[in-house]
Amino acid sequence: MAISKICGIETEYGIAAFGEFEGNPVGASSLLVNVYATAQYRSRTDWDFDDETPGSDARGFLRQGSMAPLVETHLVNAVLTNGARLYVDHAHPEYSSPECSSALEAVIWDRAGEVIVTKATELANEFLGPRGKIICYKNNSDRKGNSYGCHENYLMDRSVPFPKIIQELVPFFISRQIIAGAGKVGQENSANSNVEFQISQRADFFEEVVGLETTIKRPIINTRDEPHAHSDRYRRLHVIIGDANMSETSTFLKLGTTALALAMIEDSMSPKHDRTPKSPIEALRQVSQDPTLSYKIEMADGSKLSALDLQEEWLSCAIEYIDHHGGEVVGGDDSASQIIRTWERVLAGLRRDILTLSKDLDWVAKYALFSAYKDRHDLTWDSPKIAAMDLQYHDLRDEKSLAKRVGFKTLVTAEQVNRAEKDPPLTTRAYFRGMCLKKWPDAIVSANWDSLLFDLGEESLQRVPMLDPLKGTEKMVGTLLKECKAPRELLDKLGA
Amino acid sequence: MTERELKKKHVEKKDTQTTTEQTSEAPVNTERTDKLKAEMDDLLDEIDEVLEDNAEEFVRNYVQKGGQ
Repeated sequence: MAISKICGIETEYGIAAFGEFEGNPVGASSLLVNVYATAQYRSRTDWDFDDETPGSDARGFLRQGSMAPLVETHLVNAVLTNGARLYVDHAHPEYSSPECSSALEAVIWDRAGEVIVTKATELANEFLGPRGKIICYKNNSDRKGNSYGCHENYLMDRSVPFPKIIQELVPFFISRQIIAGAGKVGQENSANSNVEFQISQRADFFEEVVGLETTIKRPIINTRDEPHAHSDRYRRLHVIIGDANMSETSTFLKLGTTALALAMIEDSMSPKHDRTPKSPIEALRQVSQDPTLSYKIEMADGSKLSALDLQEEWLSCAIEYIDHHGGEVVGGDDSASQIIRTWERVLAGLRRDILTLSKDLDWVAKYALFSAYKDRHDLTWDSPKIAAMDLQYHDLRDEKSLAKRVGFKTLVTAEQVNRAEKDPPLTTRAYFRGMCLKKWPDAIVSANWDSLLFDLGEESLQRVPMLDPLKGTEKMVGTLLKECKAPRELLDKLGA
Repeated sequence: MTERELKKKHVEKKDTQTTTEQTSEAPVNTERTDKLKAEMDDLLDEIDEVLEDNAEEFVRNYVQKGGQ
């Protein structure tokens, strides 16, 4: 039986700096992380924490009361009370969501990431005042050949052979673009200069089928093997091919359908036919460059199927899978049913008329909006105005974002998202991490995905391992955390 | 695929739909289409207001260091 598809999303945001940090994205990104972490730390004085001496803080937070975040830009890593990590990676601010147990939770904590990066940017701009300005974008390319990622992670059973995963996932990922693509005007790969609009932001940047790289020669299947969990039992599948989505439906389906596909692979209930494309990279790009969805991928066995055909094949197996196994592995029966219903509706819409999905999917929303704008002003696809819209679609600021104006259907409430800025999910180990950070910020000297390190002023530091992502949930440790008055008591009860 | 081909495809699809649908549904569809068109017009007005003033410069200046 497949294991729970614990999942999370890591997003590298685009960052534009003017004035003081112009040409210095690392400095600008560091400032964002610093001001946000500092503010979150200070706001916690209203927490019910022990009157321990506010100590030095190695989680990447500033000392309480410490000033001038600007001079401390070397602090570029923070673990947040919602269980997420906010840091600087490759000259971009990056938000790694906490571990979630369903696609809908992943949407909530991904949206919380947008709130966090937006607030961080506002705080940084307040700090800079007239000296400069920073703007962040949730996209994957600068339209000049530079790309940055939005990765997904899924918990998998280590015993499933990796070659099986590769074989089945390659065609799944190639076809998944048609529901999860964030859309892009033009192309950034000289192989084909006639592309007016394409479905995916990232397809242009993939050159290999399988590999370890993430910044050059990007592979469709990334082999990074860093489980951040019991390595004999678990694998963390690191997916680098996705786009950063503005639409909740796109994010929801990206995570939900992939989690289901992985569970089906683990339980050998994925589509029976081998759908290995004859030329996977060519197929990936051709699918992306064809918004009519009519392109037929030539498979190694000579058969020809469109991306939509492949997705429908996966959907029909997924329905069978849920009938047989229930939805527990993707967060419960309700969660599974929501994924299936949404998937069905979206594929039917794509089959009938893509424009019926202009309030559901990013790439369709962009296509509809840009086409209409182009027609109104008699522009061509290569007009700078259309290129500007392509960037501004992803602007995080309410007053500038185009994505926030297209009237997307929403799946989660603002209240859920705002709560998720501070609170961890209840259903994974992120709960334990986040709640400990909330309750005893000064007792924790470092936190990472699979452990917390406490400094209680004793002779040695105490490490609490969290090697099972399914443990440390609210159900398991909620009462314990509530009852413990001090971290020593918690560690005693945990037997540490 | 060019935009012209794409539009052609949509038109073909719509034609097929029209012939298979009952004529009694036509007014509803027209009403819906009009509503969508009005919505899109409002949206385009708004875009004209918020779009970066100097599109060319904005696009040229948006340069990122590559990431993962």
